Amino acid sequence: MTLLLMALMVTGLQAQSKSDLPNITLKDLNGKDVNISKLSNNGKPIVLTFWATWCGPCIKEHNALNDVYQDWQDETGVKIYAVSIDDSRSTAKVKPMVEGKGWDFDILLDVNSDLKRAMNVSNPPHTFLFDGNGKLVYQHTGYIEGGEDDLYEEIQKVAKKK
Amino acid sequence: MRKHILLLFALVLTVSFKAGAQSLLENSQVSGSFQTDAQYYMLDKGINITDLMGKKLGVNGFGKVNYTNGNFSAGMRFEAFLPEMNGFRSELNGVGLANFFASYDNGFIGMTVGDIYDQFGSGLVFRTYEEWSLGMDNALRGARVVLRPTQGLTLKGVYGRQRFFWAPYLERDMGNDDYRGIVRGVDAEWDLNQSISSLNNSEFKMSLGGSFVSKKQADQSSFYNIPENVSAAAARLNLGYGRVSFSTEYAYKINDPSAINNFIYKEGHALMSSLSYSQKGFGAVLQVKRVDNMSFKSMYTGKQNDLDINFIPPINYTHTHSLPSMYTYSTQPNGEMAAQLQVNYTIPKGTALGGKYGTKLAFNMSQVNDIVRDSVKFGNAMALSQAGTLGYASKFFAVSDHRFFRDINFEVDKKISKDWHLTAQYINLYYDIETIEGHAGSPVVKANIGFMDVTYKINKRQSLRLELQGLWENEVHKGYEVEESEKKDYQKRGDWAFALLEYSINPHWSFSIADKWNYGNPVEEYRDHYFTGTVTYIHDATRVMLSAGRQSEGVVCVGGVCRTVPASSGVSLTVSTSF
Repeated sequence: MTLLLMALMVTGLQAQSKSDLPNITLKDLNGKDVNISKLSNNGKPIVLTFWATWCGPCIKEHNALNDVYQDWQDETGVKIYAVSIDDSRSTAKVKPMVEGKGWDFDILLDVNSDLKRAMNVSNPPHTFLFDGNGKLVYQHTGYIEGGEDDLYEEIQKVAKKK
Repeated sequence: MRKHILLLFALVLTVSFKAGAQSLLENSQVSGSFQTDAQYYMLDKGINITDLMGKKLGVNGFGKVNYTNGNFSAGMRFEAFLPEMNGFRSELNGVGLANFFASYDNGFIGMTVGDIYDQFGSGLVFRTYEEWSLGMDNALRGARVVLRPTQGLTLKGVYGRQRFFWAPYLERDMGNDDYRGIVRGVDAEWDLNQSISSLNNSEFKMSLGGSFVSKKQADQSSFYNIPENVSAAAARLNLGYGRVSFSTEYAYKINDPSAINNFIYKEGHALMSSLSYSQKGFGAVLQVKRVDNMSFKSMYTGKQNDLDINFIPPINYTHTHSLPSMYTYSTQPNGEMAAQLQVNYTIPKGTALGGKYGTKLAFNMSQVNDIVRDSVKFGNAMALSQAGTLGYASKFFAVSDHRFFRDINFEVDKKISKDWHLTAQYINLYYDIETIEGHAGSPVVKANIGFMDVTYKINKRQSLRLELQGLWENEVHKGYEVEESEKKDYQKRGDWAFALLEYSINPHWSFSIADKWNYGNPVEEYRDHYFTGTVTYIHDATRVMLSAGRQSEGVVCVGGVCRTVPASSGVSLTVSTSF
């Protein structure tokens, strides 16, 4: 009996978490609300990358990602959301910078740092990779030249699993 | 019988625990982060550090844990300053639970109790936030309710007292005769595109918002008659059509005599507007701002960066390289007229100037001047900015000749080939150091600054990066006459050169050496080298950084809020991780 109960409890405890995407609503560049927990990419991987207009390494990382984004999408279907943590001093500069630099990512504005706090980001750039079910599989802080190759290896692993 | 009941009880408990645990565990997540910054100080006669004032080690650390389960979330943050690193407020010294909260949000209603970070509009009347690198935290301890009755409409209410380092959240608690007030606020935001179905996919965008904030603080002055309730209100509008967007916010505050505004009984105003245009490969934004007597604190005797209820964003360009960021503007809440223009353009790939990868150009210009103040009647005489009076009168659109700051810069960012990347920037700077940093009598910094940042990819794993920077002052350089008594004001003045070489091995290692040299200081004994060596190790979300060498006197600014960092010599270590 006890064993049975223990077994029941263990199965209960082993239940996997569903999604690691927090229930936080941000705005996109058109002012539209986007709830992070509802982000989906038809079972394909999702990348969230935290950046700011004043963060040099972030811009380097984004330029590098943008160069390969189309290829990555064709091969794995990955979708990249670039979450700007710019506050009111620079939110107005986000859209012109994104367009001016020709980035193709979906941009989200975390003006009040709600998502930054919820995901425990201390310093940008900080990149998170989620599988098709919203489960966090990889995260990385900082950007070193060539860092996008390692991110892509992780993306490929996740994309293959499906 | 008893045994059966026990067994049944155990079964029910287990089943319900299992069910409960299942839903509890299926959706529950625990995450968090840690960071420790430590600095070991050493004597260094070369840069005039002959006394450590009894402080050999400074340690700032925090650990935070978040728990979420569906619509529920809770979290806490411990902080330790043992003691605080040089350049941070001494009131931080201590250890404790600095922040905690519990929150429930089902989309229709959201409630939070504990320490709240939020902002209304762009923050002109209310913003609480935390900035670790400044040792700043003005969280509101209290309650917040958010209502979203229909799509596109958000109503918010906040109530509480702000954090003041480790002081308990009582009315009379500051350790001296100071009181800290209660802050209350409401805000409404209406997004027409989300609430009106025919506008859902329209090219035309519009949203409106309004907020009202008041602070209640006891009058402790025996000299002035201080208003115990000070309220402020703001209205905002965002419009967009296709590639053009416009947004504006205006804020008003009733008279609020304080130590910052020299106890004048004048009302406050702030206006901030921006107009932008963007299309693929081109973006431009023009911003203007007017601030007039808008410092708003929950303790009117406060003089430093604490207990601010509102946030007045600086709109100038944020430099991140070493020499360009040496003279960073900080907001002047008593009055400023500011304008900023930023243009980003990418010369397309495949053109003569664009080359194989395209060339990214950016231009920025920003300028800040004072507002114009005219004297007002006081009794039978006229007075200007005199304590206890209405202070001054100021024409809304008048711009004073007194310029605080100007920055004109141009940047080129170019991937030259598969292996080479270049970023270069030229900056022309005007910086009224007397107003911004309070160095009375110091001549204005007028400087030309340039840098280039070249990266070479050795192979798939390794890269080299070289930074060369120079700062050349137009007037204050070698040969400039400095009186013996004023020497101290010239500690970082004159010409500078900077070089950095970094070798990185992706994904874990980075090694760099740098030298910052004040070779053109007018005072010979300040012509010092600030040599540093740094090793960084990154593994996933963990970063360890160890550096040794000298740090020059400077200002660290985030969001227009600055703290001064004294010159130091020694070893510093940063460890951070998140999970």
